[in-house]
Amino acid sequence: MATLHTRSTARVMLAPSVAMLVLWMAVPLAMTLYFSFIHYNLLTPGPKSFAGFSNYYFFLTDPAFATALVNTLIIVGGTLLITVSGGIALALLLDQPVFGQGIVRILVISPFFVLPTVAALVWKNMLMNPVYGVFAQIARGLGFAPLDWFARVPLLSVTIIVAWEWLPFATLILLTALQSLSEEQKEAAEMDGAKWPSYFLHIVLPHLARAITVVILIETIFLLSVFAEILVTTNGGPGVATTNIAFLVYAQALLQFDVGGASAGGIIAVILANIVAVFLMRMIGRNLEA
Amino acid sequence: MARAIPQRRRWLLTVVAWAVGLVIFFPILWTVLTSFKSEGEAIASPPHFLFFHWTLENYAEVQQRSNYLLHVTNSVVISLGSTVIALVIGVPAAWAAAFAPARRTKDLLMWMLSTKMMPPVGVLVPIYLLFRDWGLLDTVTGLTALMMLVNLPIVVWMLYTYFREIPADILEAARMDGAPLFSEIVHVLAPMALPGIASTMLLNIILAWNEAFWTLNLTAANAAPLSAFIASYSSPEGLFWAKLSAASTMAIAPILILGWFSQRQLVRGLTFGAVK
Repeated sequence: MATLHTRSTARVMLAPSVAMLVLWMAVPLAMTLYFSFIHYNLLTPGPKSFAGFSNYYFFLTDPAFATALVNTLIIVGGTLLITVSGGIALALLLDQPVFGQGIVRILVISPFFVLPTVAALVWKNMLMNPVYGVFAQIARGLGFAPLDWFARVPLLSVTIIVAWEWLPFATLILLTALQSLSEEQKEAAEMDGAKWPSYFLHIVLPHLARAITVVILIETIFLLSVFAEILVTTNGGPGVATTNIAFLVYAQALLQFDVGGASAGGIIAVILANIVAVFLMRMIGRNLEA
Repeated sequence: MARAIPQRRRWLLTVVAWAVGLVIFFPILWTVLTSFKSEGEAIASPPHFLFFHWTLENYAEVQQRSNYLLHVTNSVVISLGSTVIALVIGVPAAWAAAFAPARRTKDLLMWMLSTKMMPPVGVLVPIYLLFRDWGLLDTVTGLTALMMLVNLPIVVWMLYTYFREIPADILEAARMDGAPLFSEIVHVLAPMALPGIASTMLLNIILAWNEAFWTLNLTAANAAPLSAFIASYSSPEGLFWAKLSAASTMAIAPILILGWFSQRQLVRGLTFGAVK
């Protein structure tokens, strides 16, 4: 019995996880694929008929889809821009010996642990409200006209909230990577009399390249599916101004009960995510070899 | 610190770091402060920062108006329950993958991970319909099971990266000494594996607590955990900032504190070992 490393034991130990994940992913995904090819609306009972690619056709030619695709890319791109550049700056700052370093670090990473629904509501109401919000109060105090965030720049507002939630993630990972830069390397650079910009460009940035890639890929996977922040702040509006692909599929499924159309949208979302996932998996796989 | 840092530069950096830290933390700080204000003072202009009449009335009222305790209980049961079940299923799998790797083990692990990259909307429709047909909509049971499945790949992967660091020689040595399986587990494996298991547990409780796609889509009044309950403040109730703040503060406080202890695990768990 002591020979734990027999193949069959290992197989038995792995089986439950594998079985569960097959059931959890393969089966529903196959169902989505099936639904995407039939006419199926929960509001119109009756036999479901084969639809060919018409669900895809209607989903893709719906003007809302083009908007949602662009919105998705803006949310992902905008958030990446803020979190990666901000994350590098914060990581460099937190890597310095300052007084109360541990506490500053806690302050900076805290947003990651805030419920998405809480983050969205607090930002929308208490910070971005055009009359009583903190931003409006500050603007008025400085003599500017306050900005009505969610009426004037709804997509930017959502992006800012999401970026605030993800900034700690980027910071933490980049900081971890930065700390593995050896003291010797730093000292050597200092002795060579390297100026800060060239030290940053030639030593720090190449060292961080891998971590930056990981941050970009992982964030993209999650950001393609931003949902709660949109639901509780704008409900996708005004119009479809803040609707992304995830929200569009949700609206199609649970607001319009169009199972076929929503499933076609779901498959399209899967394809989009897979394009990114392929790169991420390759990187993780390479690391597994090492 | 190997290098001498001029004292003046250190103070300057300290001021900058604290200022940046406080700006980033401000929304949380502001929420906590507002939760102790009266509704009138919550919208005072200019805002009152610390010098206001501190009150606990919002906390009392949040509980009175809604069954707040129910939602806290739901959050605790769902996040803890799903994590424990995922560990029970995931520990043997990670163990087998780390210590008895077969030719296909690596592919299997990669496949598990790939399920995590599937956007949830890809399976929203069938999951919703299955939940409806099985009577699982708005039940704690259904959501616990789902949350377990959502996080299982991360659990297996994170455990795997920890287990892989346990030297296999030690296990061999224990076996040579003729230690029975049970005592091998208790005296040799457990002490080495427990830190990794604890870290995995911590991270997954946090992830499950903060999940807000499935909770919003599959729960209503009965099974809503805090992430979904707070969403009910998006309608007119959101105008009552002090109450929104009180409900929010209670919802994020426990996980925020857990999170402060899990910085390292976060990096490992969410990068799947790609950054150490």
